[in-house]
Amino acid sequence: MKYALKRVGMLLVTMLLVSFLTFLAFQLVSGDPVRTMLGTEATEAQIAALRSELGLDRPFFVRYFDWLCGFFTGNLGTSFSYRQPVWDLISSKLEITLLLSLISFILITVTSIPLGVLSYQWVGGPMDWVRTAFNQLCMAVPPFFTGILISWFFGIALRVFTPGDFPGLHTNPAGALRYLFFAAVCLSIPRAAMTVRMMRSTVISEMNKAYVRTAISRGNDRRTVLMAHVLKNSLVSVVTFLGQTMAELVGGSVVVEQVFGIPGLGRLLVTSISHRDYPVVQTLVVILAFWVVLAGTLADLVNQYIDPRLRLGGAV
Amino acid sequence: MRKRINGYLLAGLFLTAALLLMTLVGAFHTPYSPTAMSGADKFLPPSLAHLFGTDNFGRDIFSRVLKGTGTTLTIALATVLIGAVVGTCVGAVTGYFGGLADDILMRLNDALTAFPSILLALLIIGLVGPGKYNVVLALGIVFIPSFARVTRTAFAALRDVNYITSARLMGAGSARILLVHALPNTLRTLLPALTIGFNNAVLAEASMSFLGIGVTPPDASLGYMLSEAQGMFTAAPWYAVCTGSVIALLVFGVGLIGEGMQALDREVD
Repeated sequence: MKYALKRVGMLLVTMLLVSFLTFLAFQLVSGDPVRTMLGTEATEAQIAALRSELGLDRPFFVRYFDWLCGFFTGNLGTSFSYRQPVWDLISSKLEITLLLSLISFILITVTSIPLGVLSYQWVGGPMDWVRTAFNQLCMAVPPFFTGILISWFFGIALRVFTPGDFPGLHTNPAGALRYLFFAAVCLSIPRAAMTVRMMRSTVISEMNKAYVRTAISRGNDRRTVLMAHVLKNSLVSVVTFLGQTMAELVGGSVVVEQVFGIPGLGRLLVTSISHRDYPVVQTLVVILAFWVVLAGTLADLVNQYIDPRLRLGGAV
Repeated sequence: MRKRINGYLLAGLFLTAALLLMTLVGAFHTPYSPTAMSGADKFLPPSLAHLFGTDNFGRDIFSRVLKGTGTTLTIALATVLIGAVVGTCVGAVTGYFGGLADDILMRLNDALTAFPSILLALLIIGLVGPGKYNVVLALGIVFIPSFARVTRTAFAALRDVNYITSARLMGAGSARILLVHALPNTLRTLLPALTIGFNNAVLAEASMSFLGIGVTPPDASLGYMLSEAQGMFTAAPWYAVCTGSVIALLVFGVGLIGEGMQALDREVD
């Protein structure tokens, strides 16, 4: 429990750091959002008026503090380019992107752990190199390329879903989930291959340890030892890796959404970054970073459940 | 007896060398001009005259892929160079000396790796604008933490090894110890990390250009071409298939090299 509280504390500190760095980064930019919004024809008076309307004439720390307070009270500010509250702009898109990354995460977890164990049993077999090469190939094909092929095959040829016509998440949840599933598959393949590879090498090094030799010399067969002891010990590093996977999944979602025409955060993120729409970008960065850090924290908590040594602050 | 080569390494080197050679030739000579349009040759399927077919403007896709691979490769190499050199310096200093600088830099490192790398690169592009050189800068910065982490572990492990302490006793300066004695012995972790970094750079650049915030026309990278190709997939599926396959083969080849190096490393143990 104490460990969990400590982890949550660390999470908050990381988030504060992330939000501050994001805020700072956008202050250091040479581009001025007000000039971008008003164009080159604007007079100095118009610029000053808009600047004070948006609150950009106040000191840096005041604005940061205001924004931070707003974040906790649900007031995320107003988008510069859409003149709309940030939350209204992002809420429906955010849930789609987070759902997509969550589905991929589940797909990766349920496929890669069993495959990792299975692939250990093939080690040294005559066809092992084929599987290793296939694994490398899976890591090599970019998700947006698989996405183009899958959306053509299942969308245009088999008509399982209509590419570009995303059913509403609330009006047609089943259709939306089916649509997201195909995108999630593309997103998962390379990461699942990486996880299998990592699981396999962890199991290999774990099987060479003394406790395994002891267990086998006491008459247990290798399979039982693998399932009863080695699997649990190998999971710690795999869970950590899966926790880090969330970061790449969120980033990958942005790209795969473009391929499938999913109305998630992808397009908004790209346009608001290029239009220097700070309130939107800051909010998105902080929320996505929170999602990623949350996954890391959960992974740590799962690990300390699997391996009690971690609760005492020990290293494995 | 130590084996010097294995199947993965051989296959990877062969594949990568073949692609490199094609790109090198492509830098000086392409069968057609990559930008020459021809109304009569729209959407031609692959043939001997046009190996990868033509696109909606009648441009030869093979020539475009050759040029695009060149752009992608240059960006990936430059990115890895920035990431590896700066990352190794940070890793060497923090791993070898430890202390407060180590603590601070590694916390910062943790915060940076918690970020989706594409998002971080997007943010930097948002600050400096798109374009070839800015992509290199953005991705280079994004890749520093992962190299720093890998090399830090390698250098920290060497800190109290006998030959390092001996060198210190003999009065060698820290710079000399790090460069002459420690660096060559970190290569077995650094080299596989380089192959992984290179592949991540290829894929990251491709994703960014695919989103339209990486390489800007007239430069064309493979990712940018793939985003063009998606729009005409029903009319010219060969465009997407050929371009995507080249990205995959490039990453696959270098991945095999990494796999081979790690296999060699295991045999040494």
